[in-house]
Amino acid sequence: MPLLALANVRKAFGTHVVLDDVSLDVETGEVVAVIGRSGSGKTTLLRCINGLEKVDGGSIQFEGNPLPADGAALRAVRRHIGIVFQSLNLFPHHSVERNITLGPTVTNKVPLAEAKAVALDALREVDLEDKLHAFPTQLSGGQQQRVAIARALAMKPRLMLFDEITSALDPELVGEVVKVLERLAASNMTMVLVTHEMGFARRTADTLVFMHKGRVWEKGPPKELFAAPKTKELESFIRAVLEPND
Amino acid sequence: MSRDFDWAAFLFLLGALRWTIVLSLIAFVGGSLGGLILAVARTSRYVVLRGLAGAYIGLIQGTPVLMQLFIVFYGLAVMTGVRIDPWPAVTLAFTMYAAAFLGEIWRGAIEAIPRQQWEAAAALPLSPGAQMRHVILPQAFRIAIPPTVGFLVQLIKGTSIASIIGFVELTRAGQLIVNVTFQPMIVYPIIAVLYFALCWPLSLAALRLEGRIDAALGIGQRP
Repeated sequence: MPLLALANVRKAFGTHVVLDDVSLDVETGEVVAVIGRSGSGKTTLLRCINGLEKVDGGSIQFEGNPLPADGAALRAVRRHIGIVFQSLNLFPHHSVERNITLGPTVTNKVPLAEAKAVALDALREVDLEDKLHAFPTQLSGGQQQRVAIARALAMKPRLMLFDEITSALDPELVGEVVKVLERLAASNMTMVLVTHEMGFARRTADTLVFMHKGRVWEKGPPKELFAAPKTKELESFIRAVLEPND
Repeated sequence: MSRDFDWAAFLFLLGALRWTIVLSLIAFVGGSLGGLILAVARTSRYVVLRGLAGAYIGLIQGTPVLMQLFIVFYGLAVMTGVRIDPWPAVTLAFTMYAAAFLGEIWRGAIEAIPRQQWEAAAALPLSPGAQMRHVILPQAFRIAIPPTVGFLVQLIKGTSIASIIGFVELTRAGQLIVNVTFQPMIVYPIIAVLYFALCWPLSLAALRLEGRIDAALGIGQRP
């Protein structure tokens, strides 16, 4: 049984169809990289998986159970699904430590001392244990995204979603975040990433999903897709991202 | 028969200043409770709550505080059948007034928090109440300090209207002293100074509070 199963998912904003008959299975431990042009539905797909957007048709199953629409039932499932967003959205009024302990203590009722230990462990995983007592505004964008990853990891998720988490960063800060992602992938975390980092997708992903016009246009092992795209849309997309100046 | 403005008259003003402070304090504390409820209702996803809170705020903001004071004062008298003390009427009227304005100020502060903060909290996954308590309200509080203190200062000065129904606060006490001394150009400047002495430190304290919060959050510092 796949950890996550999307079947014929459809989503529209008004008359604009964003996801059109999307089916995708993600196995435990699998790393899925989702690529595609802006507006192809990648981000919406991710937001539907943890219920930030409601689907209009089809089904999303997590661990064999349909994703509840909202309320406490949805929150119960979300505890196992971490997400890191493109925008830097740590809580600016809380220290790094409190940003990370908030979920475990408030949602999972973990005692504070225990949550602090978990926070320190999570920060070690992103190489930022020295920033435990810093505030988000004192961190660079790359550091903020690494703390956001630690915040999600502290909930011990069974699935991690990443929504273009390096897109808002200065180019020289992308590497440190990608490094953390690669380490996480190596630790067998199940991950779905929307990304523009083609090198990372090619190296790390088990499965590459190319989305186009709200559909899963092509899907397969990244090396095969990059080497021999079956559709002209993927071919031109690869050409555009790999040789942007041609 | 008249007497000069003397030490005893000044002490009388100071005594009345106390009631200005007490009235302002009650209205502000009560109004804060009401305002918080209104602000949360105004930003709720339930349309009925939003509508009710909006109607209340519109009604209070759209009518003069003097009319509200009269309506509460005479309304209470009609309901109870006796001529009542101005105290309950002024505290109730000013509390209702403060709740409406604070509610609207705080609604604005809540709505100023970016949608991404709600989503990040929802993803953790905090319940709607916990999102409000741990993520949204603390940030909204910082944004709300200047307009809230601005309104508090307005409220303190506005309590002078309570003099009209015979509530002896600072302004009413001043009128009483002027009636016996015929020295308005001594009494009223003193009253103005007393109001100023009350309001100015509040504005200063608000600025300091903002500065301290920003410093604690490292705003203005870069790595």
